[in-house]
Amino acid sequence: MASNGTYQEHMAKRSLKEKLAILSDAAKYDASCASSGSTRRDSRDGKGLGSNEGSGICHAYAPDGRCISLLKILMTNFCIYDCAYCINRVSSNVQRARFSVEEVVSLTIEFYRRNYIEGLFLSSGIIRSPDATMADMVRIARKLREEENFRGYIHLKTIPDAAPELIDEAGRLADRLSINVELPTDASVRQHAPEKSPDQIRRAMADVRLRRQAAKERSHTGKRPPRFAPAGQSTQVIVGADGANDATILGQSTRLYGSYGLKRVYYSAFSPIPDASARLPLVSPPLQREHRLYQADWLLRFYDFQLDEITGVAPNGNLDLEVDPKLAWALANRAQFPVDVNRASREMLLRVPGFGVKTVNRILGTRRHRRLRYDDLLRIGASMKKAQPFVTAQGWTPGALTDRADLRARFTPPPEQLSLF
Amino acid sequence: MTKRVTLPRIGTEAAWRRAARGVLSAGVPPEDLRWTDSDAPQGLFDAEAQVPPATREIRVPRAFAAMSNAVIWHSDADRFDRLYAFLWRLQKEPRLIADRGDPALAHLRRMEKAVHRCKHKMKAFVRFREIGDPGATRRSFAAWFEPTHHTVEFTATFFARRFADMDWRIFTPDVSAIFEDGRLRFALDVPRPELPEDASEGLWVTYFRNIFNPARLKVQAMTSEMPKKYWHNMPEAASIPELIAGAPARARAMAAAAPTLPPARTTRVQAAAQAEAPDHWSAPKAGFAAALAGCTRCPLHSGATQAVQGEGPETAELMIVGEQPGDQEDLQGRPFVGPAGQALDAALQAAGVSRAEVYLTNAVKHFKYVTRGKRRLHQRPNSSEIAHCRWWLDAELARLHPRIVLALGAVAAQALTGDGARIMARRGQIEQGRHGGPVLISLHPAHILRTPDRNAQMRLHQALRDDIATAHAITSVGSNVSRAGS
Repeated sequence: MASNGTYQEHMAKRSLKEKLAILSDAAKYDASCASSGSTRRDSRDGKGLGSNEGSGICHAYAPDGRCISLLKILMTNFCIYDCAYCINRVSSNVQRARFSVEEVVSLTIEFYRRNYIEGLFLSSGIIRSPDATMADMVRIARKLREEENFRGYIHLKTIPDAAPELIDEAGRLADRLSINVELPTDASVRQHAPEKSPDQIRRAMADVRLRRQAAKERSHTGKRPPRFAPAGQSTQVIVGADGANDATILGQSTRLYGSYGLKRVYYSAFSPIPDASARLPLVSPPLQREHRLYQADWLLRFYDFQLDEITGVAPNGNLDLEVDPKLAWALANRAQFPVDVNRASREMLLRVPGFGVKTVNRILGTRRHRRLRYDDLLRIGASMKKAQPFVTAQGWTPGALTDRADLRARFTPPPEQLSLF
Repeated sequence: MTKRVTLPRIGTEAAWRRAARGVLSAGVPPEDLRWTDSDAPQGLFDAEAQVPPATREIRVPRAFAAMSNAVIWHSDADRFDRLYAFLWRLQKEPRLIADRGDPALAHLRRMEKAVHRCKHKMKAFVRFREIGDPGATRRSFAAWFEPTHHTVEFTATFFARRFADMDWRIFTPDVSAIFEDGRLRFALDVPRPELPEDASEGLWVTYFRNIFNPARLKVQAMTSEMPKKYWHNMPEAASIPELIAGAPARARAMAAAAPTLPPARTTRVQAAAQAEAPDHWSAPKAGFAAALAGCTRCPLHSGATQAVQGEGPETAELMIVGEQPGDQEDLQGRPFVGPAGQALDAALQAAGVSRAEVYLTNAVKHFKYVTRGKRRLHQRPNSSEIAHCRWWLDAELARLHPRIVLALGAVAAQALTGDGARIMARRGQIEQGRHGGPVLISLHPAHILRTPDRNAQMRLHQALRDDIATAHAITSVGSNVSRAGS
């Protein structure tokens, strides 16, 4: 066992590279790396560094398929909390490190100047107290904005128990704030993250929404208050660490979007971590399930699907892993198909498997001038392999295809041969 | 006889527009022209065309201008021919631009998409190295990049907007962009320079290696967004094969590792932290408020942000009971702060009653709603929820002993009198409450706000004002109605 003294000594000797290795390793379980949707700004005046032009940029991709847009690091991975799913929990034997304020600022600026990143996503283990931790994170953001005149993207993970003044300053410095709800139900949060309070997390998200709302209202003099987290707030929920089914998870997301105006709910398949807790046995991460949840989330937000429509066709509350949720809905509601691409409403076209929002816009634009044929749909970019049984067009009718008993089988992969290990 | 139009490799966009306007206004059909850039092998085609200045105004749909501005940077040799041929058709058929099924347009749109993708990848994958003194006031960087299309000029302004406080150069086998002292210029066929080593590159590679999660290998997702053709100019990409090869073993090792004992400092650290942490969120620690905050008597708590308790002086003689918190009340944790609250405030003011002297609360303490898109729509609590929540309302009544209670709407009436029916018939009358005190039945301001007919709405507003005044008169005179419980 290392005594406190030698521990501190050991810490002091870590190089910047070693710290970066530990503190980026510790940060990778946060799925978000978005850098989009903030205010437009640039540095053409020559007095600062950086720009933000609405859409985010993924500067690299790791072999896990995830976009690397931001320098995503922990300020420190020391933590006084003991969340079972987390690599940085106090009871883990993972190597610990801590960045100084200057180190984080310098890494951000030097990476940014070399065009490696869009900005910083700073999170942290809880050290000493929530306030002390949040104050250090705010200090980093303040130094970047005020001393380095950094105009790139900043995402701060806020700590739900931190003082309102700190949250307030964080929102004025950062583009996005996020607070993780962590798990799909209050009961699992209490079980696996005993120091976290689901009520507190919700109140903190409500607080961010109210501050964003207040920042949009002009005062009686017509003056606009300073912007507050212009890229909105987001959250993350871990999938597969507790027994919650997809209906529960999506129900929670629907409530979060409606209640707190979240920009995104991220789903993170529970992934094996080094030095895992005995309380959560490791399995390989349910990546396909995570993917289906994102698809369902998209349908809820951009395709005007209602929650019960999606969960209604999900056997025992879990989304079909073999076919995507829109196709699952269409297969279960074949009486509503085929739809005529030359007459159907926008709402109905959005429900056709293989048609995205762009495809639907193009169909609507083109059919104002003439009737669409099957080939037109291909050129427009529709995925006709999927859409075929569900649409009619000039010169195309799926005939009996729509109602065939084996229609589902045409979309599902052939059964996998068992592999010997 | 076909003639050739040659466009320069720098400033292509303006040259293309000028030339296209000229030949179009002169009525030269597409089949009489061969368009090239100055890099194309010369002498294959006929003589260079004399491009006349435009003699008339050429109008094109805005969408075509945007599309052609991208397509001209495509690497296909026939890009200008295709654009001009489509422009020619567009003169007679302007609506063609919206016909996504037209094969010629579909081809141009694909080219446009390819150029935009190339532009996007250039913004993403250019990697600068520092070539000057890091301590200089204006630092200096350079990069070597190999774009698929001629996108340097199209993309350079992005870098100028982003990196205006430093000098930078992006060298490519085609056009190179040079930004010095705030001025952007382009050069052709600059040989590939030797760029010095840069220490930050090592840190970046360290970051790339450690942000990767070996338990979720998805190589195809990576290569579809970051094609291999870009890898040789990206320092981090050299690690990829090794990361992929080692991933399965690393994931297996994590799963196989036996759980370890927590480090010895665990309990000490946690105990110290618990002692120190303050609480800023006014979450009450004890008493009525704490009990209410933790209420799980009915399922409504799971969807709400917080239980909203009553607000007002403990000595208030008038208690006003609404239905339940709404969206704003749920977020702010205070009763009557949303639109209905504002209507109630107006009614209180009109009746000459100060909000500060009244105790405001709700029959149900958690917000019940359904989500539709991004909005929460209020839902009326059912009898079971009202019955469960009466526990809290009764506690408030017992604590305050108000001289009179004003019940706003059916839910409040049901909670207070056991009967939520026929509110319009009962309003303005005083009934005996279940708690033993008098209850004046009135309307809920949210109901008034939802009444479509303006005249009816005015009458209902007046009714609410009258009821508030009546209740208030009872508290100030205190005569004929005996105080509850006394």
